[in-house]
Amino acid sequence: MVFKREDGRKPEELRKPINAKVGIIPNADGSAMYQSGETIAIAAVYGPKEHHPRNQRNPRKGTLRCNYNMLSFSVTDRIRPGPSRRSTEISKITEWALTPVVMLEKYPNMVIDVHIHMIQADAGTRCAGINAAAMALAHAGIPMKNLVSSVAAGKLDKTVVLDLDKHEEDFEEGEGSTDIPITMTPDGEITHIQLDGKITSKQLKEAIEMAKKASKEIYEIQKKALKEVGEK
Amino acid sequence: MITSKITGDRIKSYLEQGKRFDNRKLEEFRKIEIETGISKNAEGSARVKLGDTEVLVGIKMNVGEPYPDSPDKGNLMVTAELLPLSSERFENGPPRFPAIELGRVLDRCVRESKFIDVEKLCIKKGEKVWTIFIDVYSINDDGNLLDAAGMGIIAALKNAKIPKYDEKEEKVLYGELTNTSIPLSKDTPLSLTYHKIGNSIVVDPTREEEDLSEARVTIGSNNGIISSMQKGEETALTIEEINRILDTNEKVWKEVFKNIEKHIK
Amino acid sequence: MSENTRKIIIPGEIIVKGEEFLPGDGTEKRGQEIVALRYGLAEESNKLVKVIPLSGVYQPRRGNVVIGQVENINFNGWFLNIGAVDNGFLSLMEVPRYVNKDGLEEVMKIGDSVVVKIWSINKRGIDLSIKSRGLGKIEEGLIIKVNPNKVPRIIGKEGSMIKMIKDETGCNITVGQNGLIWIKGDKIENELYAKKAILFVAEKSFISGLTDEVKKWFESENKGGKK
Repeated sequence: MVFKREDGRKPEELRKPINAKVGIIPNADGSAMYQSGETIAIAAVYGPKEHHPRNQRNPRKGTLRCNYNMLSFSVTDRIRPGPSRRSTEISKITEWALTPVVMLEKYPNMVIDVHIHMIQADAGTRCAGINAAAMALAHAGIPMKNLVSSVAAGKLDKTVVLDLDKHEEDFEEGEGSTDIPITMTPDGEITHIQLDGKITSKQLKEAIEMAKKASKEIYEIQKKALKEVGEK
Repeated sequence: MITSKITGDRIKSYLEQGKRFDNRKLEEFRKIEIETGISKNAEGSARVKLGDTEVLVGIKMNVGEPYPDSPDKGNLMVTAELLPLSSERFENGPPRFPAIELGRVLDRCVRESKFIDVEKLCIKKGEKVWTIFIDVYSINDDGNLLDAAGMGIIAALKNAKIPKYDEKEEKVLYGELTNTSIPLSKDTPLSLTYHKIGNSIVVDPTREEEDLSEARVTIGSNNGIISSMQKGEETALTIEEINRILDTNEKVWKEVFKNIEKHIK
Repeated sequence: MSENTRKIIIPGEIIVKGEEFLPGDGTEKRGQEIVALRYGLAEESNKLVKVIPLSGVYQPRRGNVVIGQVENINFNGWFLNIGAVDNGFLSLMEVPRYVNKDGLEEVMKIGDSVVVKIWSINKRGIDLSIKSRGLGKIEEGLIIKVNPNKVPRIIGKEGSMIKMIKDETGCNITVGQNGLIWIKGDKIENELYAKKAILFVAEKSFISGLTDEVKKWFESENKGGKK
């Protein structure tokens, strides 16, 4: 039996609306907004620039430094300003998700700063943040092998689904909820995968295939947003 | 890069003629855009744009203990973050003075004007009161974040609805907002800042202009009644200059209020 | 793809397919395909495919004329922020007259703007020169900033665009390759007019037939009684 989603979505259906906009922060070298359902992320890129502190410089290649944070009022329980253990981990995950496509070897000793903030959060924030950051990096003129697109696959009770919202993430009946954020290039290379929950290998493979299709969909939206801003 | 000296000289000599690079009058604001309800998990929120400058303001509420010296009054906390996302000049790390000052100046504007009726935020005297957290974030800094944030705070407060509170469980039911707004006075305080550049007094400076500011005075007032004020930066002002600023404020306050009135209803 | 079409391309996007094409700047060959490695305008001529960037920070090159700002002074020269990752160094030896070692500040102070040429980029850093015509400290005028990748369009083919802007506005204009542009006119109004024109070119830099567009723009501005 297929799980019936409360908002009426099909298992492989992404949340609506999906909005992407590039060039939202005039001061930045590159910037973008990505909205997936009720989750809204913004990202700004500064650099490549001089890397401080000096002892963190890498003479072989540049450093990508991501900084993920939620605005205090983006969630129901106010978050105290400043980094947390959670945001620190997601910042690093975001770096790993993006680094494989960014040609950092062109910028030894330099740093590229990526600042990501959640304006409104309803699950899937790291994915929205990565999608915004990928667009912002391209917009900043950083050499890249490709874009990356990120989406959470998952499982509700026994059904593999896509793009869980907060309500679904908290689902506890039957086998409960499994959350699998995945980031991929349009060629299907996985640059990031995490999992929380309970799932068989077989179903996980199914979930990855589902995410692959969805990431193509997201890629087209990112591409369109990047082209639009150039032709403005 | 900060505004070059020679460009600064040009801006100053143009101001001497009463003119600005973007054709504004000295007492004229850039286009003000206000949007409310921009973040649905906040009890209230607003986005304010002054030209290319953009800030976001959100309101969160929680129930806690009152301060011992005000057992029947709700609490207010204003915090500002100048995000590195918004300018190459801002860095990660603990808030520095400009962010702290921004929060404190605007806190006093709201508090001292008695804009929020804090007594109505008392649930049980001495035990339980509402705390209002106002958080300000810079998104793009092209000058005058201070006034943009001030407008954002007013708009977000007016936009806010108090969440439900379960007295038995002693728990705020977030997401279940009541129809009750935050109790606000009908007298809206606006925080407006006046910059001395050469012999001119300028409002709503762009980033380039703000770099030239020798001194600034921020005035929180409502229709001629002043309830908070702060002079910033190192240059001294004459009494005449302060008087000029006060006279300018009477006029600018009315214009700005008329301009943004429809957004802060 | 014809030689005149220019379309916006994103990293990883296939620009053309075919054995005969060669990868130029901002592209690479993957099998039969020429793929973009950065965001910009795809261009092909004589089978050479490249991406003309629309964004990105300034990358200093030897021979570039740039505008810098003095950030620091030591006993034998000035450190200039030229909008690149590293500061440039302008040696005291570059000044064509005798300068007392204590008198560097009299020549150029912190915050001063200078037109300089990059004469060497090496491991120690970027060395700057002011020993040519048109180089040296800027005494007055306006300095504006555009993205350095827009500079070629602002200058135009053989300097045609910048010449038109100079003629129309009556200003002297020095375009730094780092995107800083110095405008000097008789009146501030003229300088602001030139600034507006340059920002127009920067904003429209992706369109073909830009020179005609800018001509039209000047015509409509002049009609509006502005001059």
